[in-house]
Amino acid sequence: MEGKKKRVAQVLIFTAAVCMIAFGVYRGEVSTVFTKAVNVCLECIGLG
Amino acid sequence: MKLSHEVKRKIIQIAAFGFSNSYLGNLASGRLYQGKWKNFCNPGMNCYSCPAARFACPIGAMEAVSTKPGSAVGFYALGFVLAIGVIFGRAICGFVCPFGLIQELLYKISSVKKRIYKPLTYIKYALLVIFVFLMPALVVNKYGIGAPSFCKYICPVGTIEGGIPLLLTIPSLRTMLGKLFTVKAAILVGTIISCVICNRFFCKVMCPLGALYGLLNKISIYSMKHDAEKCISCGKCSDVCPMDTDPVTKPNSPECIRCGRCVHACPTCALRQDFK
Repeated sequence: MEGKKKRVAQVLIFTAAVCMIAFGVYRGEVSTVFTKAVNVCLECIGLG
Repeated sequence: MKLSHEVKRKIIQIAAFGFSNSYLGNLASGRLYQGKWKNFCNPGMNCYSCPAARFACPIGAMEAVSTKPGSAVGFYALGFVLAIGVIFGRAICGFVCPFGLIQELLYKISSVKKRIYKPLTYIKYALLVIFVFLMPALVVNKYGIGAPSFCKYICPVGTIEGGIPLLLTIPSLRTMLGKLFTVKAAILVGTIISCVICNRFFCKVMCPLGALYGLLNKISIYSMKHDAEKCISCGKCSDVCPMDTDPVTKPNSPECIRCGRCVHACPTCALRQDFK
């Protein structure tokens, strides 16, 4: 993929990514991630 | 003294590994770091249940959200990965992924060395779709809660970075050992042996994060260019490629981790990588 098409795809995906982050923050996903990350995840280590 | 590209890359990898896992003191106590950095995702694969880990694992973070009732997609972590991926592509794998560094060190162990059977590289896309996106959201218990399926059933990173250090330091966890851990330990042993034989086996075959970044390699701002007029088709670039790709025919292959070995091996400077 070259030139203008590539630039358009970059802008679209980056904009979509920023919107997704904002939406995730808006609906409280950060606290879900934080809670999961600061406690031992038994599934992750093969015990859950 | 002029440092070679590989030495510079290794220094960046070690620095990224150290920054991602800077709470080494926690390894002795088995406690996890619980500060504000855990609100953010690590760009590379690094288990958040590792006592030394500073950040959340992006794959674990996506699954943690999608396992909740009514939250089929983890937008926060997915958006983070897409934003990083569209800028850097798989350069993240080549420069800052902690498990990428571990794999490169494993490959230094003397043994028979093999290239990967190409169709196996598609497995990581299946793992991404089935175990990261579909199963956590669709395979749920009677309360509508799913399980982080990739972390639970597959991820050898969690076993080696989280499981083993925690089992060594927290005796009560050892009473919970069962079939699941046996399966995950077998996957870990298989992955380690495969990484000794085949360079970056986990990246090539199993990594769902690498799959996502790889899909963005074609459009990422940091990309590779091949100048056909300068190329003398000597094949040195593909010979040194740790990911078994051919930079001449596919400079932006989804497998390319932007390590830059091919760029520096090229005798005519026909390959270059930059932010354009």
